[in-house]
Amino acid sequence: MPWETVIGLEVHLQLATQSKIFSGSATTFGAEPNTQASAVDLAMPGMLPVLNTKAVRYAVMFGLGIGAEIGKRSIFDRKNYFYPDLPKGYQISQFEAPIVGRGDFEIQLEDGSTRSIGITRAHLEEDAGKSLHEDFHGQTGIDLNRAGTPLLEIVSEPDLRNAAEAVAYLKALHSLVLYLGISDGDMSQGSMRCDINISLRPQGSDTLGTRAEIKNVNSFRFVEKAIRHEIERQTDILEAGGTVVQETRLYDADRDETRSMRSKEVANDYRYFPEPDLLPVVIDDIYIEAIRAELPELPPQKRHRFVEQYALSSYDANVLADSRLLADYFESVVAGCGDAKIAANWVQVELLGQLNRNELDITASPVSAEALASLITRILDNSISGKIAKQVFEAMWQGEGSADDIIKARGLQQVSDSGELESMVDQVIADNQAQVQQFLAADDTKRKKLVGFFVGQIMKLSKGQANPQMVNQLLAKKLV
Amino acid sequence: MHNKSVAELAQGLHAKQFSSEELTRCFLDRITRLDSDYNSFITVDAEAALASARRADQRLASGDGTALTGIPIAHKDIFCTSGMRTSCGSRMLDNFVPPYDATLIQHFNRDGAVILGKTNMDEFAMGSSNENSYYGAVRNPWHTDLVPGGSSGGSAAAVAAMLAPAATGTDTGGSIRQPAAFCGITGIKPTYGRVSRLGMVAFASSLDQAGPLGHSAEDCALLLNCMAGHDPRDSTSSEAPTEDYCQQLDNSLEGLRIGLPREYFGDGLDAATANCIELALKTLEAQGATLVDVSLPHSHLTIPAYYVIAPAEASTNLSRFDGVRYGHRCDQPVDLHDMYTRTREEGFGDEVKRRILVGTYALSAGYYDAYYKKAQQVRRLIKQDFVDCFEQVDIIAGPTTPGPAFALGAKSNDPVAMYLEDVYTLAVNLAGLPGMSVPAGLVEGKPVGLQLIGRHFGEARLLNVAHRFQQATDWHQQRPAALTGGNA
Repeated sequence: MPWETVIGLEVHLQLATQSKIFSGSATTFGAEPNTQASAVDLAMPGMLPVLNTKAVRYAVMFGLGIGAEIGKRSIFDRKNYFYPDLPKGYQISQFEAPIVGRGDFEIQLEDGSTRSIGITRAHLEEDAGKSLHEDFHGQTGIDLNRAGTPLLEIVSEPDLRNAAEAVAYLKALHSLVLYLGISDGDMSQGSMRCDINISLRPQGSDTLGTRAEIKNVNSFRFVEKAIRHEIERQTDILEAGGTVVQETRLYDADRDETRSMRSKEVANDYRYFPEPDLLPVVIDDIYIEAIRAELPELPPQKRHRFVEQYALSSYDANVLADSRLLADYFESVVAGCGDAKIAANWVQVELLGQLNRNELDITASPVSAEALASLITRILDNSISGKIAKQVFEAMWQGEGSADDIIKARGLQQVSDSGELESMVDQVIADNQAQVQQFLAADDTKRKKLVGFFVGQIMKLSKGQANPQMVNQLLAKKLV
Repeated sequence: MHNKSVAELAQGLHAKQFSSEELTRCFLDRITRLDSDYNSFITVDAEAALASARRADQRLASGDGTALTGIPIAHKDIFCTSGMRTSCGSRMLDNFVPPYDATLIQHFNRDGAVILGKTNMDEFAMGSSNENSYYGAVRNPWHTDLVPGGSSGGSAAAVAAMLAPAATGTDTGGSIRQPAAFCGITGIKPTYGRVSRLGMVAFASSLDQAGPLGHSAEDCALLLNCMAGHDPRDSTSSEAPTEDYCQQLDNSLEGLRIGLPREYFGDGLDAATANCIELALKTLEAQGATLVDVSLPHSHLTIPAYYVIAPAEASTNLSRFDGVRYGHRCDQPVDLHDMYTRTREEGFGDEVKRRILVGTYALSAGYYDAYYKKAQQVRRLIKQDFVDCFEQVDIIAGPTTPGPAFALGAKSNDPVAMYLEDVYTLAVNLAGLPGMSVPAGLVEGKPVGLQLIGRHFGEARLLNVAHRFQQATDWHQQRPAALTGGNA
């Protein structure tokens, strides 16, 4: 039976506030254990939470970024469970009245097509601390530095149908939050973690199958692998006539498998109820509109604009709009050289190629947008060919100077002097009489092929510097 | 010195009739000599108190003393005191020494008051008799076979026995007013949010409120001036401006409309207590007040609503006592589950466990709507009753308790009978209103309290009515016979 996969994601996004969501402690990653835990974070008797308004602002920015309804009166709730790294014995979260309601989020797939993914809600909550089971000789160490770090939990509708879509959705979310500047998005430090809800159903069915939840996957690659693995596992069970158990599973990257953590049958009853230590968060239209006015252009709008304004393919627009800095870089190149098509090509192929090879961020590029624009300008004014330009770019990357300096120093200027070119053409014709005879005897289609041979010889002779257009014109004249 | 009001003591200190050190030593001596009869203090640090008194004397000498500089105050052991054990009446916190002061303690320190000691209380403020303390029951100074009321029983007994001139307490369902009534003293529970809850160990967050206990309304006003105010570190603390609560004490009662809720004068009320209240109301009438018959129609729902909401909040507020970071931890736990269960089994007393169980049940999936949600709906109705009432009247008056103090042990095995003790006080907490208890007579030598309930942030008016009443009566000046004979 053909099966359809249904995937919904819960993303925990760490917000880039300086201090914690309910206390003044710093949120810096990697500090010595328990050096960033105040009396509030330790849940000392009588301590009370005070809401960090920056976290609210960031959540509203996200909500506006996906065109969601903003909760004008959102409420914090206590989610009760005992665990040593949860000092209060409850997590302050939002249950019935989240700050961000229903929204839609446009993502672009590999083939350039777009899909709209529903976002059910997003709510604010605090992170727990960390339990450290090693190094304590049969005991567990508790580090509360992370306790109280602000999280935005973003819950998607079950709108995703395969691993590639899930990854595209995550990448788009990642791109959006970096655009908004509300998170550092650093997945290796846990700033963006993901729970995957996945189920299978017969193709064409509109009821959902039993789902498994894969917890805490923290890289795009692992998300893809975990989903692929889980689809296989569930398919095997269903094909064998079995039933999938609703449970929480853990993805083990080393063995590339998921395994059961705990069954939902013994699930916690979290006893949610409104947090009496905090007032409802009431926000008005003035506050919301002020934030909306400050939002930057976001990836979907930017993609559409790139397609319209620069006549880029939607694939190119997607790559270039992926990060705000890359998009800005691209637009600076266009402004400097005046040709968006060539600029797009150079940024994507040469620049991103080098950056990826060297694992560099766009901000660390040794070639500035202005420098790249002046290189492209030299292609456009026929000073150098595209092929030579790649050599020049390589030298620019190595820090040898500006495009013009390198062209000059290496004598790479394209030969466009008709006298010089003519003598080269004459020489090649004289040296290759056999081919000339062949050419003259051939019909039009064969001739086109043979011209290539002569051009190649001239390029060789000129060390690639001959102006190819002029060479073609000269050959057309001389070979009749 | 021990039988003077705070106002008189402040005068004496400013006039250099005696020093704070002498005054503090006087009360410390009385505690040493007499408190074995009452058990009203859990912790007394005489040296720290005297050192603080000497600092107060320097401050008074330099002329920048406040109304409370050098006045020894007893604090309920629910307020965190930096460097001084804060037990909350529980074995769970028997070893807990906070590294911080509650905001309320900071305010008293700011004004130069002396911390005389930490008073006994029902464990985690859960109780109406002060029999639920890890440190033993407190006895009523009027008769040591009687309970002092709870949960601020230690504070009330300490003031009544003149072991402290005044004290602080907390009131979640009557825990200031009921012991004040039983011990023949004056106490006020301010409007919810008037006094910061930061550093006060939480029982039921939406109901808890700290307030003063003293011999008179004037003393309560002096303490409230120090305690009240917005605290940015308590999100539920009110930003409404405070006022000088002493300013309006002498205002006339002419034209004051006093509402008497008929539900507070019904079957459950002891006849002799009812007589005292009626006489007290006549006194107010004689000063120009008008008595108006009013109704609080949802009063019969008060106890059930309260005993869902308060335990629900308590059940999660007390989750932090898990043996991980501070407080009691069982010996040699074999695993995490064992540590949790034995730590909490050993650390909490029966009443605390009962309320954690009730609250956990009320919040459980499948029961939440029927209990917690329904109780919140009832709470809104109860609040609305008061709003409606205050359209007709300025304050509401009635008995603080159904009868005077009962015998130790009389109700300790019957939780429901014990809960009924708070039938007149609970609604005030559910509605977030200010309420106070004023001595209004004696029944067979046992004090009776008149309860006054005001509008939100109407503390000044309440204190004014109480003060005028005390100008016309001397119930607040009566002292237990055992303490006034000889040189006690």
